[in-house]
Amino acid sequence: MKSNFKNAIAALTFGLALSVAPMIASAEDSSDPIIIPIHNWSSQIVMSHVVGQLFQKLGNSVEYVSTDSQAVYEAVRQGDATLELEVWEGAFGASFNAALEKGGIHDAGDHNAVTREDWWYPLWTKESCPGLPDWKALNECAAKFATPETGDKGRFLGGPVDWLKHDAERVDALDINFTVVNAGSAAALWAELASAEKTKRPVVIFNWTPNFVEALYPGEFVEFPKWVEGCNKDPSVGPNPDKTYDCGNPATGYLKKAAWDGMKDKWPKAHTLLTKISFTNPQIAEMAKLVDIDEMEPEDAASAWLKANESVWSGWLK
Amino acid sequence: MNAFNLSSSNGLLVKKSFNLGTVLWMLALALVILKFISWTMGAGLPVWLSKPPNFLVWPFADWINAFFNFISEDLGLKSLTRLFASGVEWFLDITANLLYGKSRWPRIGPIPWTVIAVTAFMAGYALRGWKLGILAGGTFVWVAVMGQWKWTMETMSVIVVAAPLAIVMGLLLGILAWRYKNFENILSPILNLAQTYPHFAYMVPVIVFIGVGPKAGAIVTIIFAVPPMVRMSLLGMKKVPKEVIESGQMSGCTKRQLLWSVRVPTARTEILIGVNQVIMQCLAMVVLASFIGMPGLGQKLLQLLQALKIGRSFEIGVTIVLLAITLDRCSKAWAEKQPEHFERGTSWAVRNKMLLIWLGLMAVAFILAYFIPIAHEIKRTQAFSIAKYLDDWLDLFVRFVQPAADWLRAFLIVNILIPLREFYLWLPFWSVLAFFGFLGWRVGKLYSCLVCLAYVGLIGMSSWWDRSMITAYTVSFSVFVCCLIGLPLGIWASANEKRALKVLLICDTAQTFPSFIYLIPVVMLFGVNDVAVIGAVVVSGMVPMARYTIEGLRGVPTQMLEAGQMSGATTMQSLWNIKLPLAVPTIMIGLNQTVMFSLFMMIIAAFIGTQGLGQELQRSLSAADVGKGTVLGLCVAFMGLMIDHMITRWSKERKAALGVE
Repeated sequence: MKSNFKNAIAALTFGLALSVAPMIASAEDSSDPIIIPIHNWSSQIVMSHVVGQLFQKLGNSVEYVSTDSQAVYEAVRQGDATLELEVWEGAFGASFNAALEKGGIHDAGDHNAVTREDWWYPLWTKESCPGLPDWKALNECAAKFATPETGDKGRFLGGPVDWLKHDAERVDALDINFTVVNAGSAAALWAELASAEKTKRPVVIFNWTPNFVEALYPGEFVEFPKWVEGCNKDPSVGPNPDKTYDCGNPATGYLKKAAWDGMKDKWPKAHTLLTKISFTNPQIAEMAKLVDIDEMEPEDAASAWLKANESVWSGWLK
Repeated sequence: MNAFNLSSSNGLLVKKSFNLGTVLWMLALALVILKFISWTMGAGLPVWLSKPPNFLVWPFADWINAFFNFISEDLGLKSLTRLFASGVEWFLDITANLLYGKSRWPRIGPIPWTVIAVTAFMAGYALRGWKLGILAGGTFVWVAVMGQWKWTMETMSVIVVAAPLAIVMGLLLGILAWRYKNFENILSPILNLAQTYPHFAYMVPVIVFIGVGPKAGAIVTIIFAVPPMVRMSLLGMKKVPKEVIESGQMSGCTKRQLLWSVRVPTARTEILIGVNQVIMQCLAMVVLASFIGMPGLGQKLLQLLQALKIGRSFEIGVTIVLLAITLDRCSKAWAEKQPEHFERGTSWAVRNKMLLIWLGLMAVAFILAYFIPIAHEIKRTQAFSIAKYLDDWLDLFVRFVQPAADWLRAFLIVNILIPLREFYLWLPFWSVLAFFGFLGWRVGKLYSCLVCLAYVGLIGMSSWWDRSMITAYTVSFSVFVCCLIGLPLGIWASANEKRALKVLLICDTAQTFPSFIYLIPVVMLFGVNDVAVIGAVVVSGMVPMARYTIEGLRGVPTQMLEAGQMSGATTMQSLWNIKLPLAVPTIMIGLNQTVMFSLFMMIIAAFIGTQGLGQELQRSLSAADVGKGTVLGLCVAFMGLMIDHMITRWSKERKAALGVE
């Protein structure tokens, strides 16, 4: 009993020493675990484990915590999660910017990968609308996409409203014969896609790349008038002189990493590593494939990926 | 007095005196007619008549944001709540280490799966017998064999901390509420609110006050699980017969002894029903809590759904249902089991037979696990999976039902849902307000009238009136469908014990099966639209309707039935003229629960895609906008509270009038 007490005191002093340590020797990383948030799509989970295992190679301890992908920015701001590895310009840009404004979080650099998010159709749709991927052709076959709830207009199934897309504005600006219906989650989008595939029903939905869906259902993005800077703010930019959003989404959106402001001081080495990390589109697709198609567990997939791609990451550790 | 109640609730007495009810009713009707006439003439009502006028719409969201910032940052409440959370975390670290080997003190886990399965078996066996033992042990064998051990233990590590904490807190609050009437008066509206307030609305505040991770998961689970425990222990304490107390006093109990050795043990049955409810609520939160860091099954489930792996997520759903049913049956068995008494002089070994068998089996399991790795841990690569067959079945089912589903979808949307929705949105605000005031008046005179006016009025002032009406439209139509299915099902099932048990098992399953899983097949059948949303809501919403119908019909006093039989009533007559009228108050409680479940599911169905309050809640989440989220959450809660108030009041009076209970 007595020795337990002694141990407790020792542990306490040790703990205190540790929490003071970063102030004394700021070059060394804290031994507290780095908290990496994971969400519900596979590339992000595998990437988190890949990076987590790299941190472990540096001697850091790592823990994973599951969180909602929008609410996570609040958690990073508070320091409860240390970083975020996939900040998609389209889907999370708004949450990220809102958190940036409140403070406590910073931009830790871009991945090499570019993201594209836009209207998309599976290849079988082309049979009933051969003029695709041109948006004018899509508009001409709008009736083929009609459903009971949209009447004679075509139905475009958009992403969740919290991704803050401007599909309705675009429909209005380009005056196309479509109604935007918002799905509540990515899972609902895929469920519609899977159900459409059974009867090869033509559909046009919101989709993005890199994404596991590409491997299961080959398809193409609809080509809207090309994104020009200012098309979302200045009505005169783009084909319609009176309206904004008369263009497609940027075909090269960013994929960022974000970190808690305290990370730089608490785990300086890990922070430096984080800023160096950069994955490409094929690498991210590969990570997703290991889980989605090869049915590996995310942890194992991460180890397998690290093993197979040593040349990619060995430079970052220096 | 009785006669008065009866006639007033039938509305016979209403005509005699002046009353606000009639005035409100006329007002509601007049406005609707006025709007209709002006609409046929191609004009509309002035906006201040048909929508909540601007001067009434107050910026509640901004006020709440300011208040929230003040208490979390300036007052430093945040550090206090975080201190409490770190206390919870200490427990969580221990269970996490024991159950799945997280590297925390005491660093001896993970316990081999065989040991836990044997323990579960013995618990079931000791409580009820072989059958329960096999159910309990079998559940854990299923989990291990399906390769879900680690996820399940991650989930359990939170539940085994959250559930006891919820039970203790609930019991203490219940006792306090029983002792101090004032405390009960304060507590009761808070409990009502906690049960009707949608989870997504308190996610961001929890992240700020608690953080993310298992501790946050545990704390939201506790918030959700405490109310029924408080209610049941309060009920139990109130029901303790006077004689028991007197005999306690006569044997010279002190006040403290009287409480802990007399009252609490006598209220055992109610308290244990509360325990059972806590367990059910905990499992219901598994998926939702994973949004803020609860590890395990819920998180895995969302991840698999996102990758459209329905078969594998279905396996997880089965695990959650099995866990729920096991824990439910065990806690019920515990509630019903009376303490065993042995004759004086019985040896220790006989008295503790079960304990000894358990220790023996555990020892065997530990040894097995030590020598045979697969008895310690089954890896995912070694596990079975029935996912492929499930996917094939689902595929077959969807293909088979698709034509009927397509027809149903088109029919419902064009003929019913779109017109209904337009109608709800068309209704003038003041009419709706007056109408609910009138309903309140009919149910409980001035008091209920004011309650209803306040709830509807506040929703009107929230600036989310149209969104609320859309939610009201989907919920009311869903509730209608729930009754259409649940009532006949309940009547059919109540005919005999066997049917009743079967249907109740289906009810249990539908209630604990994670609703996220059936969102996907529903979308496959109907697409992203209101039909899918209503379909998903009905699956869980019809459960209480069926359950309470069965309970109500089977609870009709036998002397009533015998009296009917003696006067020569046929089976049909006895059902329609005796059983159903007497069961109505209980069925109404079922209806109340159906409304609550539907509201709850409506918010989850935002993941399919709705246009009501759920969608806005989702949006507020991404902006971490606490004020907006709170206002939207309160709109949902107020709808629930109003319906709850009216139905509870009505059925209480009805019960008194009928002399039931």
